[in-house]
Amino acid sequence: MKQFLVFVRKEFYHVFRDRRTLLILFGLPTMQILLFGYALTTEVKNAKIIVVDQAKDAASQQLIAKINASTYFDIDPGEDIEAAFKRGNIRCAVVFPADFENEKRIQIVADASDPNTAKTLTNYLTAIIQPPSAQPYQIIPVTRMLYNPSLNGSMNFVPGVIALVLMIICTTLTSVSIVREKENGTMEILLVSPFNPTYVVLAKAVPYLVLSLLDFILILLLSVFVLDVPIRGSLLLLFAESSLFIISCLSLGLLISSVTQSQQTAMLISMMGMMLPTILFTGFIFPLENMPLPLRIISNFIPSRWYYFIVKAVMLKGLGFWAVWKQTLVLAGMTVTLLTISIKRFKIRLA
Amino acid sequence: MPQQSSDAVILTNITKTYGETTAVKDLSFSVKHGELFGLIGPDGAGKSTIFRILTTLLLADAGVATVDGYDVVKDYREIRKRVGYMPGKFSLYQDLTVEENLHFFATLFGTTVKENYSMIKEIYEQIAPFKTRRAGKLSGGMKQKLALCCALIHRPEVLFLDEPTTGVDAVSRKEFWEMLQRLKQQGITIVVSTPYMDEADLCERIALMQSGSILSIDTPAAIKHAYPDELYAVKSANMHQLLKDIRQYASCYAFGEYLHVSGISENALAGYVKGHTDVIIKKVAPGIEDCFIRLLLKHE
Repeated sequence: MKQFLVFVRKEFYHVFRDRRTLLILFGLPTMQILLFGYALTTEVKNAKIIVVDQAKDAASQQLIAKINASTYFDIDPGEDIEAAFKRGNIRCAVVFPADFENEKRIQIVADASDPNTAKTLTNYLTAIIQPPSAQPYQIIPVTRMLYNPSLNGSMNFVPGVIALVLMIICTTLTSVSIVREKENGTMEILLVSPFNPTYVVLAKAVPYLVLSLLDFILILLLSVFVLDVPIRGSLLLLFAESSLFIISCLSLGLLISSVTQSQQTAMLISMMGMMLPTILFTGFIFPLENMPLPLRIISNFIPSRWYYFIVKAVMLKGLGFWAVWKQTLVLAGMTVTLLTISIKRFKIRLA
Repeated sequence: MPQQSSDAVILTNITKTYGETTAVKDLSFSVKHGELFGLIGPDGAGKSTIFRILTTLLLADAGVATVDGYDVVKDYREIRKRVGYMPGKFSLYQDLTVEENLHFFATLFGTTVKENYSMIKEIYEQIAPFKTRRAGKLSGGMKQKLALCCALIHRPEVLFLDEPTTGVDAVSRKEFWEMLQRLKQQGITIVVSTPYMDEADLCERIALMQSGSILSIDTPAAIKHAYPDELYAVKSANMHQLLKDIRQYASCYAFGEYLHVSGISENALAGYVKGHTDVIIKKVAPGIEDCFIRLLLKHE
């Protein structure tokens, strides 16, 4: 046991004396969270539009004022619609005909080279412009945006980014740290010692579990205080589920380390090899439901997919363990399998 | 079971290949308890492979080996408890300090620095002034001393040192061998490898190795004694021409500022160098390097 603790302490020395590791450990999550929270968003805000008012009457002026007042649109003072579209200056144009009062028609032109934005903008505009129904009875749809009434876009990203960051950091750091021992030749000495090789694997995992949990706390703090994403469910459950996910990623890292011989390869496999599948198959950017069957089947093998579901349920919806036990079971199964394989595969000799 | 009466290290018909290359070919030798045994040979002779087989890091393709009475395959755990191993490449944690490295390895072997300090005292005192320095920032000689301390801290029965003096300055090399002599007095069996022929004389027994085979195995004195011919050192004003001239008739190679010639009589030699000026011919006693070259030629 004392050997184990000393080994763990040694790992901490390695981490805190290496700037590169520290940067990956704490710089990467901060950057990712802020990037996804602020910079990368699918929301449409302050879209530039041109309004051509040929009517210039009270009704048209009133509508223009309404459009201008919304945060979605910025009215561009230009007149030449075609040129503005070609230059890509504007997303949308609204044309009031000269006989607006009688005709009651407005033309909305949108740049559909980006179909999602075009659709969103025309929807927004129609909602603003739609006059109260002239029908004898009026249907007022009462919409309620569950779990995220303010339509805060970060809410969707935060669980995804948590999954992404933990996945990459855990796998990368663990795999690199074991391969480094091989590369530096220290593995030779570790093996020629009474220390059980299995403990080498576990002693490598423990420090990174602790550090990853620190990372998790960092991401949570950033989410709550910077991005206004609430934590509705039990914090304890969230931590327990995260620990499980972290352990599964650590095991994956250990597995990668057992098949690679150099730090570069380990880094490349765990960073590049994990980043893309995680982004694609977790479902926080591209909805899994839209994918063809083979891809949906593949996505089942990505641990972050299950973890993403759990975090969304617990953190945003405030659900308890009963809502996520199935996903937890899948994750636990993956963890046990990966850990067993990586311990089994860990070589007690060189070559 | 350990058999105290038998030798500390026994190799029987050990063979190891890496793909197409044969690193060690049907090798057998043994090292007695408390002996300082040297494996002498150039790079690629198979020295490191032997060390790795004996320290249970590699499995031999054929043959059996025991260390301190334990089989290297079956009883690898027992062996790992009782040997000290210093790999050829400096293999301590460069980002840990001298002290931290030592404490780490002491704990790893289930002991403490305090408990076995007497074992390493003499060596450690030399690096103690730098104990808070990171291992990666030490000089070559210091690194070797630290690595030796780490390999000794658990009082091993057998110490394996793979080219401990490669890349170390002449003074540190000398100091290192003096340390080994003192360790030997404590009863530790030491197996050491080196590519430097001049270090062979410092071992009790040596095995001269080339291409995975042993050319000769005996005490350095006996190996030198077995040199069959007279050996002459020759020098002249034009060494290059001299080498060419003598090569036609006898074995001849550069050795320091002289050429070493063997296989012919002194009179014959004097005849061959007639055309040269400033000729010096003297009879010399063969060194290990002469023996090695001789064995190599015979082997080929």
